[in-house]
Amino acid sequence: MPDNFGSYILPLMVVGIVLFGLIKRVKVFDCFMSGARKGLHTVYELLPSITGLVVAVTMLKESGAMDIVSSLFHPVTALFGVPEEITPMALLSPISGGGSLTLFESVLKTHGPDSFVGQVASVVMGSTDTTLYAVTVYYSAIGIKNTRHTLAAGLTADFLSLVLSAFFVRLTV
Amino acid sequence: MMNYVFPVMLIISFISAVATGRIDALSAGVIDGAESAVQLLLRLVSMLCLWGGVMEIAEESGMTKVFSRLMSPVVGMIFPKLRKEKYALEAISMNITANVLGLGNAATPLGLEAMRRLQDINSNKTVASNEMVVFVVMNTAAMHIIPTTVATLRGQYGSESPMQIMPAAFLTSFCALAAAIAVAKIGNRINSKKPADKRGEGYAR
Repeated sequence: MPDNFGSYILPLMVVGIVLFGLIKRVKVFDCFMSGARKGLHTVYELLPSITGLVVAVTMLKESGAMDIVSSLFHPVTALFGVPEEITPMALLSPISGGGSLTLFESVLKTHGPDSFVGQVASVVMGSTDTTLYAVTVYYSAIGIKNTRHTLAAGLTADFLSLVLSAFFVRLTV
Repeated sequence: MMNYVFPVMLIISFISAVATGRIDALSAGVIDGAESAVQLLLRLVSMLCLWGGVMEIAEESGMTKVFSRLMSPVVGMIFPKLRKEKYALEAISMNITANVLGLGNAATPLGLEAMRRLQDINSNKTVASNEMVVFVVMNTAAMHIIPTTVATLRGQYGSESPMQIMPAAFLTSFCALAAAIAVAKIGNRINSKKPADKRGEGYAR
């Protein structure tokens, strides 16, 4: 596997799809434009909810509330052998992708990527996504107001990733 | 849902900022938040247009049908009720493919297209259908095989072997994803969809 293997995926996918379209005699650029226009419309639908969400998340981060919440979580995560240092990052990851990435980098800087703390942090970051953001974006684009148990199920998965990460790092590294 | 999440987040922020003396930071955060929302969306505009266009070509040429057929054993197992809804299944397959390949930027536009198609066959347009819940929950968990962002950052901070965490990350993602789908499906049984349900109305549009 070449070092920049990851860099091949994206161009190959775009070029491959266009080539396939050419073979099937599709008017590729006309098609592209009509699809891109739909994308523009989606953005218009998303702006209000994204603004509300990002403002709320930024306020939560700036107010220091995350530190208080993470100190409440320590006893629980400690039960599963999760190092205390990564709780703030793990708690931020369901609500803010950029915020948790910043905390992840500071964990790598202070503890080093190959320490136990650094490895557990890497696994947590590699196995979760920004739950609240995905729920908001996916549902607001189509006008769903009642999301039922989506958020609960998504957060359960995030919590499970956190407690399993330490276990699997001990097992495989 | 967001009618409760949104105010709770704001109220907690205010109380804790006052208690910890960070009201100045909070004040700046209100404005910064609105600005970074637009920045986030600008990044999304480019991706939505690019992948909306590419997806349209894949659609027109019949490529999505090929993908959908290849993935139908797995996708059909997760969404048994959609076996006959080929149009929705195609978009779901494309979204899962992009996720597995680690193309997060492409996965979102493709996922939104899948949501639109699920909405077409949804009986109540303001309440999430069972399939939507499972699909969104899958997208809140990580489905990629190679955690590229994490590996890159590990390399930058001087890791001896940036990919060392791959097996653990894969096992963790897989368990979390399986659990997420299971919880969503159990929830679908317990909290079955009621047409007149008004909870969470308003904000999450």
